[in-house]
Amino acid sequence: MAETHSLQDFQRPAVSSKVFIQRDYSSGTICKFQTKFPSELESRLDKQQFEETIQTLNNLYAEAEKLGGSSYLEGCLACLTAYTVFLCMETHYEKVLKKIDRYIKDQNEKIYAPRGLLLTDPIERGLRVVEITIFEDRNIGSGR
Amino acid sequence: MHLGESTRECEYSQISTRSSTPMETPYKKKTQKKRKWETFPGRNKFYCDGRIMMAKQTGVFYLTLVLILVTCGLFFTFDCWFLAEQLTPIIPVIGGVLFLFVIGTLLRTSFSDPGVLPRATPDEAADLERQIDVANGSTGYRPPPRTKEVVINGQTVKLKYCFTCKIFRPPRASHCSLCDNCVERFDHHCPWVGNCVGKRNYRFFYMFILSLSFLTVFIFAFVITHIILNSQRIGFLSALKDSPASVLEVVVCFFSVWSIVGLSGFHTYLISSNQTTNEDIKGSWSSKRSKDNYNPYSYGNIFTNCCAALCGPLPPSLIDRRGFIQSDAPQLAPPTNGIPMYGSTQSQQSHMCDQDQCIQSTKFVLQVATTPLLQQQSSEPVILTPENGASIPGRTSLALGGPCTSLPMGQPTPPASTPSLSCHEATDLLPVHGHPHNHSHPLQEQVAHHHFLTPEEVPSPPGMLHCGSPLGHSHTMQGSFYNPASQDSLHEDSVRGLVKLSSV
Repeated sequence: MAETHSLQDFQRPAVSSKVFIQRDYSSGTICKFQTKFPSELESRLDKQQFEETIQTLNNLYAEAEKLGGSSYLEGCLACLTAYTVFLCMETHYEKVLKKIDRYIKDQNEKIYAPRGLLLTDPIERGLRVVEITIFEDRNIGSGR
Repeated sequence: MHLGESTRECEYSQISTRSSTPMETPYKKKTQKKRKWETFPGRNKFYCDGRIMMAKQTGVFYLTLVLILVTCGLFFTFDCWFLAEQLTPIIPVIGGVLFLFVIGTLLRTSFSDPGVLPRATPDEAADLERQIDVANGSTGYRPPPRTKEVVINGQTVKLKYCFTCKIFRPPRASHCSLCDNCVERFDHHCPWVGNCVGKRNYRFFYMFILSLSFLTVFIFAFVITHIILNSQRIGFLSALKDSPASVLEVVVCFFSVWSIVGLSGFHTYLISSNQTTNEDIKGSWSSKRSKDNYNPYSYGNIFTNCCAALCGPLPPSLIDRRGFIQSDAPQLAPPTNGIPMYGSTQSQQSHMCDQDQCIQSTKFVLQVATTPLLQQQSSEPVILTPENGASIPGRTSLALGGPCTSLPMGQPTPPASTPSLSCHEATDLLPVHGHPHNHSHPLQEQVAHHHFLTPEEVPSPPGMLHCGSPLGHSHTMQGSFYNPASQDSLHEDSVRGLVKLSSV
């Protein structure tokens, strides 16, 4: 798909607008994004797909921040080794961040890119927002 | 006018006389990859190429370090021998362990990122402003401080808008005026450790003061023991004369004990009730405010609160200190007269050398003004620099005769605002090659960091982004300069010089 674009057009699709999905703090300080469907995406995306993406992201972040046996163990081990263990090992949070990265790429490939959208990993925006870039719809040939 | 022209001529001659290939020398220097910490907007100091992050004022931190090192040094040198002989050699061992733990936690607290929130990107800030204006009804006068209310576990919490960082602060975050950063779960700014204490380093801070109180009490107790045991043999005054260092240690420890032990106790209370120093001082969750006031963040019992604060998952740093500055994310395309706007110049597959990139980018930008159809690179807001060296979905067709990188004209950084930047931005693509190498780096920090893009850290006049017309205008301007230029490299340099001048 990328190839056909490059062969057909020399003109890159310009960025038409960006939508920012803000954080949802109703459950406290945990990382959670609002699932409210933004109106700008109505023409491009199903509400259900969007909600599913955001919900999955929220679940993944919840998994990263979960307090449980394994995270306590990791914390205690780290404390005992004066935190030097993190020089060799990834923290649980970082492992989940990688998972999130893969998920976002996957979503972009399968759902968002075909619709002229692009999800930005929230970690690149300091976990403040999920940025969705809307590209101009070249096919319609509308004005810029 | 005449002066301007002569200056321009000087520019020409300067560039041409630098070397036979005028692009190489200056740009070789500028291809030195800049890391993001170098353009960090806050008032922090960075050491060891971004690995260490501290506040601006570090004098008191050095004092802390000196006090601890000197006191412990004196203890091990003068008192330990006696105590090891008279009592047990375990004493110096325990002392040593405590000392190492104290120093370790102190350095960890001082050198790590407390949980700084990166500032909003220009697009985000604009979006928020728009939302606030809509909410306020855009009246003539400056609107009052912006707040957003959110209900957390039944308690209404006000989120304040930070004018410096251009974000609505998450709950429990606060802006540190000393460091000029918003910090998550901001506790306080501690001059003794030379850093803010926030979400990411609170547990280290607590461990530091706890272990320091044990160490202080330990040293105090055993120095007193030493003096007493000694004075039983040779008399009190002789004992004091025998080890004058002990006197100094006692004095230091005596004054430290009260403050450090008191502080440890206070923070133990804060941890068990899941409050920050900030909240406690303001009495945010005090029942004195109202009967219904309670802490919505508390887990209900002391044990869970302690575990959460001390043994919970360690969140990653949100500011990518050691990542390389890449060209910016795609900017919003303002309505223009048909001149397409370009965004990111990121390319993992750009194989051009610096010189070619610069030439190409200059030519490219200037051609934009005249020809809408050009080779371009994709707008890529994300450095999709995965470990697998990847397939970047849909958006990037980087292989397009790849070399043409768009000069960041449409981006916040005007190419001429800093003369080095025009080609610096383009040549920043080269460091991307380094990414795959970095990914194999064992330090996990590197891995997380390469996902980051902080275009806000690139120096930018905000005005450039929001208005379509100046950008369109600047394109036209350059177009008029470009037409007479030839393909000759000298002329290209001149053109570049013109571009710089015209954008100034």
